[in-house]
Amino acid sequence: MEIASFLIVFFMVRYIRTSLQTAERFPEWERILVIVQYAASGLLAADIFLDSSITKWLWHLMLLGMVGAAYLLKDFRPVRNVWLAVGPYILISLFSDVAKLINDDFYESISTVVEIAEVFALVWLVATWVSTQRQQKALEKERLKRLQEEEQSRIIASQNVMLEQIVAERTAELTRQKEELEQTLTELKATQDQLIQREKMASLGELTAGIAHEIQNPLNFVNNFSEVSVELIEELKEERKKENRDVELEEEILTDITQNLQKITHHGKRADSIVKGMLQHSRTNTHQQEPTDLNLLADEYLRLAYHGLRANDKSFNATLIMDFDEHLGKVTVVPQDLGRVLLNLFTNAFYATEEKRKTGLAGYQPTVQVSTKRIAGDKIEIRVRDNGCGIPQSVLTKIYQPFFTTKPTGQGTGLGLSLSYDIVTKGHGGELTVDTEEGEFTEFVIQLPG
Amino acid sequence: MKVLVVDDETDVQLLFEQRFRREIRAGEINFAFAHSGEKALFYLNEHASEYVLILSDINMPGMSGLELLRLIKTTYPAPPPVVMMITAYGDTDSYDQAMQLGADAFLTKPLDFTTLKEKLKNVL
Repeated sequence: MEIASFLIVFFMVRYIRTSLQTAERFPEWERILVIVQYAASGLLAADIFLDSSITKWLWHLMLLGMVGAAYLLKDFRPVRNVWLAVGPYILISLFSDVAKLINDDFYESISTVVEIAEVFALVWLVATWVSTQRQQKALEKERLKRLQEEEQSRIIASQNVMLEQIVAERTAELTRQKEELEQTLTELKATQDQLIQREKMASLGELTAGIAHEIQNPLNFVNNFSEVSVELIEELKEERKKENRDVELEEEILTDITQNLQKITHHGKRADSIVKGMLQHSRTNTHQQEPTDLNLLADEYLRLAYHGLRANDKSFNATLIMDFDEHLGKVTVVPQDLGRVLLNLFTNAFYATEEKRKTGLAGYQPTVQVSTKRIAGDKIEIRVRDNGCGIPQSVLTKIYQPFFTTKPTGQGTGLGLSLSYDIVTKGHGGELTVDTEEGEFTEFVIQLPG
Repeated sequence: MKVLVVDDETDVQLLFEQRFRREIRAGEINFAFAHSGEKALFYLNEHASEYVLILSDINMPGMSGLELLRLIKTTYPAPPPVVMMITAYGDTDSYDQAMQLGADAFLTKPLDFTTLKEKLKNVL
């Protein structure tokens, strides 16, 4: 009987302590519970050695006190249900002891029933205990799981915060880089514009001598034909003073004067168009597309390129072959831009023949040929062919790359073909192709819609 | 006297014909024209027997005037025809080269026809 009470107190205290974690959460109660436990042990010892009837009342007091405390106190609310388990036993044992005390005979008459009830109460206690333990374990498990989940979500949340921070940092970095790149791009565009202008000026420099020559010739004609015309007029005046005028001669002189004046106009216009072309060539602004006589354009730029080179190198020479399609008609292009393309191709062609000539090939006649042709499908074709040194296969893929040049440093900007390619393809929706054999020839073909 | 003028500018013909109209009409000078070195050589082959004075531009596409000069002076039997060179570039290089190749005169453009006439008369 006392053992049972002791065990009940012992386990109840244990149960309360572990369930409520009194050690951490309620140090006050923890202390009291420990005292209760010692008291229970002391009472058990007293029971064994003193054999006094008073101890069983102390047991009842202790048990009732504990259940009462568990049931009534706010702090013990989670373990309140402990009374369900221990209540019946405590009440029955209390009832049996009270009955014994009041009326022993009466107790004797119901002792069997009380004892059986006690046994049932104990069984109930154990069963409730076990089931509570089980529930407790399940709850504990659940609690641990929730804790784990909470921990996990806390970790995830903190990771999220960290990631957000990293993302923000990266975004800032990327934005900065983007701005830097944009800045660089703007600078590069400006540089490109400058380079294009420089390339234009470089080719203008190459042209200057040719232009001078090209202007000098028509000017000579203008001067000469004017002078001759003055002479002719003098002659006409003299003739008219004569007694017997030679009307036929007068007529001839007049015809000649008319012809001369036409020639003066022709050569004056020739010089004019050269100067205009030169000015247009050097301008930076974008030009307009207009119907253009490509034969005339090719002819003009071939001469300019040729004389330009001739002026710089007196020993330079080449045969020029022009094979123009008379039925080409006018083609809508930007004449200044296409003129630059042709100038580049011609200059390169002459350069290639000169390179080959320098190798001292016997009987070599440098030849540069330009031809125009209207081909099937509304297309115009301009071919620029030279019998120069050709382009090695190894550099063929690089010739349109900006700044690629095979010329010695300072002699080529490396932009000629690159710009030409852009002008033909992007500017005119055409194609620029090349056919070449090293040491034999190079032929560039411009195909334009038109 | 027959004069062959070699120049790639076709209007040179008209100019010469007018500048020398009196001489041509008087039958003092006969002009022939070739527009390239190659054509000039062809003409000379055709008219090998005639006494020809040659006035040639240096700067021409294809065969240059200097090359023409060299060919005339080396391939034609003595005495080779008189060859006068004309150039737009009055540089010493061309002058030296022309003289070395045996040019009889070196004139610069724009042509001074008075001087040219005197030179032609001297040859005559």
